Amino acid sequence: MDNMKGFSQLKKNLKNDFSHLKSIKIALLGDTATQFLNQALRGTGFDHGLDLQIWEADFNQIERQVFDPSSELYEFAPDVVIIFQSTHKLVSKYSKLKPGQYNELAQKQLDQINSLYSEIKSKLNAKIIYYNYPEINDSVFGNYASKTEQSFLFQLRKLNYELMVFASQNPNFYICDISSVQNQVGKATMFHTSVYINTEMVLSIEVLPIVAARTVELIGSMYGNFKKCLILDLDNTMWGGIIGDDGLENIQLGALGIGKAFTEFQYWIKKLKNRGVIIAVCSKNTESIAKEPFDKHPDMVIRLDDVAVFMANWDNKADNIKKIQSILNIGFDSMVFLDDNPFERNMVRENVPGVLVPELPEDPADYLEYLYTLNLFETVSFSDLDAERTKQYQVEAQRAIIQNSFTNEDDFLKSLNMLSLVEGFNKFNGPRVAQLSQRSNQYNLRTMRYTEADIEALASSDKHITLAFTLEDKFGDNGLICVIIMEKQSADTLFIDSWFMSCRVLKRGMENFVLNNMIAAAKNNGFKYIKGQYIPTPKNEMVKDHYANMGFTADGDGWVLDVAGYDDKKCFIEYK
Amino acid sequence: MEKNDALKKVNDVFIDVLDNEDIVLSYETTANDVEDWDSLNHIQLVVTIEKAFKIRFTSHEIQSWNNVGEMLDCILTKVA
Repeated sequence: MDNMKGFSQLKKNLKNDFSHLKSIKIALLGDTATQFLNQALRGTGFDHGLDLQIWEADFNQIERQVFDPSSELYEFAPDVVIIFQSTHKLVSKYSKLKPGQYNELAQKQLDQINSLYSEIKSKLNAKIIYYNYPEINDSVFGNYASKTEQSFLFQLRKLNYELMVFASQNPNFYICDISSVQNQVGKATMFHTSVYINTEMVLSIEVLPIVAARTVELIGSMYGNFKKCLILDLDNTMWGGIIGDDGLENIQLGALGIGKAFTEFQYWIKKLKNRGVIIAVCSKNTESIAKEPFDKHPDMVIRLDDVAVFMANWDNKADNIKKIQSILNIGFDSMVFLDDNPFERNMVRENVPGVLVPELPEDPADYLEYLYTLNLFETVSFSDLDAERTKQYQVEAQRAIIQNSFTNEDDFLKSLNMLSLVEGFNKFNGPRVAQLSQRSNQYNLRTMRYTEADIEALASSDKHITLAFTLEDKFGDNGLICVIIMEKQSADTLFIDSWFMSCRVLKRGMENFVLNNMIAAAKNNGFKYIKGQYIPTPKNEMVKDHYANMGFTADGDGWVLDVAGYDDKKCFIEYK
Repeated sequence: MEKNDALKKVNDVFIDVLDNEDIVLSYETTANDVEDWDSLNHIQLVVTIEKAFKIRFTSHEIQSWNNVGEMLDCILTKVA
């Protein structure tokens, strides 16, 4: 937190040139004054590579803006709507209730939020960010507040809980958890009485950068900016001591003393792995010695199974991280590197731009508490498949070894016994389709992002042909890895609205298989032409010449393929 | 602390918060004399001054000063 920018530094960002940044339209509606929050959000956005174009509603206009169909909100047509209803206003509502109605506060507020959400959803295709409620204990009931539904605290906690339930049921409704921010910094820091009295603002100037960071991280992850991989040093990061010098018996791990800090740190890593974060190791060590604790130490929580890529050698860490990147095929900006050694941290920072390298506190006892404050692993989705990811990347590393033993690529591909399930979008594959649209940056022709709700709508649209592909082979199942959305542009033409694929399955002939299926779908529905378009981003240069390579011909600013003249392309993938 | 030292420190806060190197405050300076010193920036200035001097103003004090000199007098009653 110490290296976080203050509010006045964020304000200085406002004078910078935003023109080269990705622009996102944000509507900010609050029941208290939000001018400073507005400035903090835009300033923070700059540091995250985002040009947040913020339209701020006049003070206390939430209902008017939402329920008036001709309001400025709808005219502005934002991508994201932020709604900030404060605990202070909630207390006032509670205080004005008649005794006997106190216990209805949470439900009434939730009903109101639900109707705001439904109204916005019916008029805009926007995501909604709702700030939850930092606690105020009005101390009317003492500890008995937790024992009676009549207390404000009971109603507030119920509301925060019900908001989570509501968010879990409504894909486009996201909570920004500022209640957790207050837990972290304390109420005295979160709220500044004289600022509140003089300006009607409920966030202190000191806490604004943190609230803005949490909000912008959430917005960023909606647009594909989030961390996918955690790379870890071993000695004095994963355990205490140096395995090569101290030996297996003497490294610090387990229930006693400082060992506890490392064990708890490892449990945290394990939870991240189970959530789908890829774990890699990068250590200056002899490989066999570095692996010993993973195999033999009774107190190790992380085992070799949990690690997707294990790099232990005496090369410099920048080169090793580049190797890890080439195996995993994900962007450097989606990687986090943790190392206790400041020299290694600086070395990686300077030589591998993009990788996030947090400072680590000197005392390992502080590692976890510090990392908790950074919110490194923001995400907008989670599915059961995430937990399988490590296995898939391990299989990928294995495949890379086998591939070296075949000189003929066709022989290699044949030997894989590849199978693919091809389906339109449905209830079962929808969440993963949405997730892949959020996560694919490189092999993505137009980089359109979709929510689960968008995918649901496409599944039943008669103006679209949708295709989702899985791929498995003798080494394992990659799950759903490629998605096609084609829009019926005219009676004889389909437009490829989206073509994105996981980079895990590059060089398997998947693109040939996909195009064969697209052509078949076009023919079956009586279309003569398929048109495509490449929209460049900083990350998708890989597919710059995709359509040319696939046999399309240039057509204005896009590409076109004649369905009748198409011969199926060679591939070694069978239908499942 | 001397009033003049406090003035220098407050002047630095103004330069930083309003991002304007040209600001030169005197005891008589009022909000009308300084570009961008509006009611919103006033709050940010006040909070930054609180931090710089490790003091806290009351809600009433924040709106009571007619010029920089009065603000400094108020600061001086709070610092040892």
